[in-house]
Amino acid sequence: MDLYSEIILDHYKHPHNNKPLKKHTHSAKELNPLCGDSLTISLEVDPKGKIKNVSISPKGCAISTASASILSDYILGKNIKHIAKLKNEDIIKMLNIEITPGRFKCAVLPLSTIKKILI
Amino acid sequence: MLDPLKIKKDFPIFKRKINGHPIVFLDNAASTEKPKCVIDAIKDCYENYYANIHRGIYSLSEESTDAYESARKKTAEFINAKSESEIIFTRNATEAINLVAYSWGNTFIKKGDEIILSVMEHHSNLVPWQELASRKGAKLKIIPIKKDFTLDFEAYKKLLSKKTKLLSLTAMSNVLGTITPVKKFIKEAKKYGAKVLIDGAQSIPHLKTNVQYMNCDFLVFSSHKMLGPTGVGVLYGKKEILEKMPPFLHGGDMIREVTQFKSTYNDLPWKFEAGTPNIVDVIAFKKAIEYIESIGLKNIEEHERKLLTYAKEKFSKYKNVHLYSPKTKLSGGILSFNIKDIHPHDVATIFNTKNVCIRASQHCASPLMKALNVGSTNRISFYIYNTLSDIDEAEKALKNVLKIFKV
Repeated sequence: MDLYSEIILDHYKHPHNNKPLKKHTHSAKELNPLCGDSLTISLEVDPKGKIKNVSISPKGCAISTASASILSDYILGKNIKHIAKLKNEDIIKMLNIEITPGRFKCAVLPLSTIKKILI
Repeated sequence: MLDPLKIKKDFPIFKRKINGHPIVFLDNAASTEKPKCVIDAIKDCYENYYANIHRGIYSLSEESTDAYESARKKTAEFINAKSESEIIFTRNATEAINLVAYSWGNTFIKKGDEIILSVMEHHSNLVPWQELASRKGAKLKIIPIKKDFTLDFEAYKKLLSKKTKLLSLTAMSNVLGTITPVKKFIKEAKKYGAKVLIDGAQSIPHLKTNVQYMNCDFLVFSSHKMLGPTGVGVLYGKKEILEKMPPFLHGGDMIREVTQFKSTYNDLPWKFEAGTPNIVDVIAFKKAIEYIESIGLKNIEEHERKLLTYAKEKFSKYKNVHLYSPKTKLSGGILSFNIKDIHPHDVATIFNTKNVCIRASQHCASPLMKALNVGSTNRISFYIYNTLSDIDEAEKALKNVLKIFKV
């Protein structure tokens, strides 16, 4: 089936940027009360708004973990203004899988965590 | 013995195929599917004799009123209540618990009083008591579970004291399937004069329930988990206690006399049924009870135990599969499990590719998840239309999960 591609499973088993930062400027935690999952994302942002470092600490399903991992790679080195403009559809495109309605929330949890940081 | 294949034919939904596969419905603890007789009863009422109840002086209203009140009588008989005036229809079991928490709780719970619950309660039998405790300055005490997934009776006895005013306890865990020996627990609470509410949402569809035998003061359950329509819950309460309780909701139908600035209230049970109730679904709920009676609760219990035994045999073969289940004879037809390093959402998603419907979440029992030291679990739960081959399908789905995740 399409949902569990090799890439998704690889990110799930070995999420990128999954180590704590020595120092961070921003951090947010988001919970999914239905499944008891949580995701913490921390950022080190320089004065110009560029994301210099990112750390994710995912506790969840393959879809939300892979989404967090892929998103963390994507945002590294980008400006937070650009990140603020990201939409749910953008993250679904990055995942490159057929997402079912029941799992949409899992896929977009990392983006809503990031948005929480930037608000 | 019951014949699940024959029973399945009474449920129109099982004619449906999704992506060419039949439906393997294993989420009955959340809600059951509906037999044709229940669906037909709804249609029959709206098409042939529907009108508002308790007010019209014409045949349609009289017929609807009779049908509604005969559902109350049937419900009372089903749980062996002394009288149908002890049966109050609500929207669901949650509303029934809230009714007790507000009406009885606000009147009789005082600062420093204690309410005992168990760690395996559904949120619906926890949050209303948390709120009551915070309104009144009362305290919640929690019965733990033992390693064998049953309630710790000895620990419970130590929680009881003169301060105990209420024990509110599930008769069957919606996660573990554990059946509570309610009579034994109630007897202890009564020694201290405490009132007892039993949450029968999970147990009533599967086990014979007799309120006079177990001697509970309140019992709550939901129609939708026992083949009936959604939107109908039941509160049973002992008459002498209900009579001392003030109304929960105020308005039409629950009054005796209304003047511009003051009102007096109706008799039981109507005192607690303000406004037009869910007439048609209550009427259809009677059909659900009759359907269950025609199968027989003894047969249902036996059938589900057979399914549970088979499922546990199948699932325990896999070293990466962990079961959260007491001894089969102490359990209803519910089996929670986890697969090592695979999140329940992913498991349920893969099961769904073959239309095997299972639940994956915290099951509205967050504190129990914490006690089990898990984030969430997968859960399969049975009812009368499930077959051994449904479990074979679930095992195939399980193998598919292991294959996709390479464990």
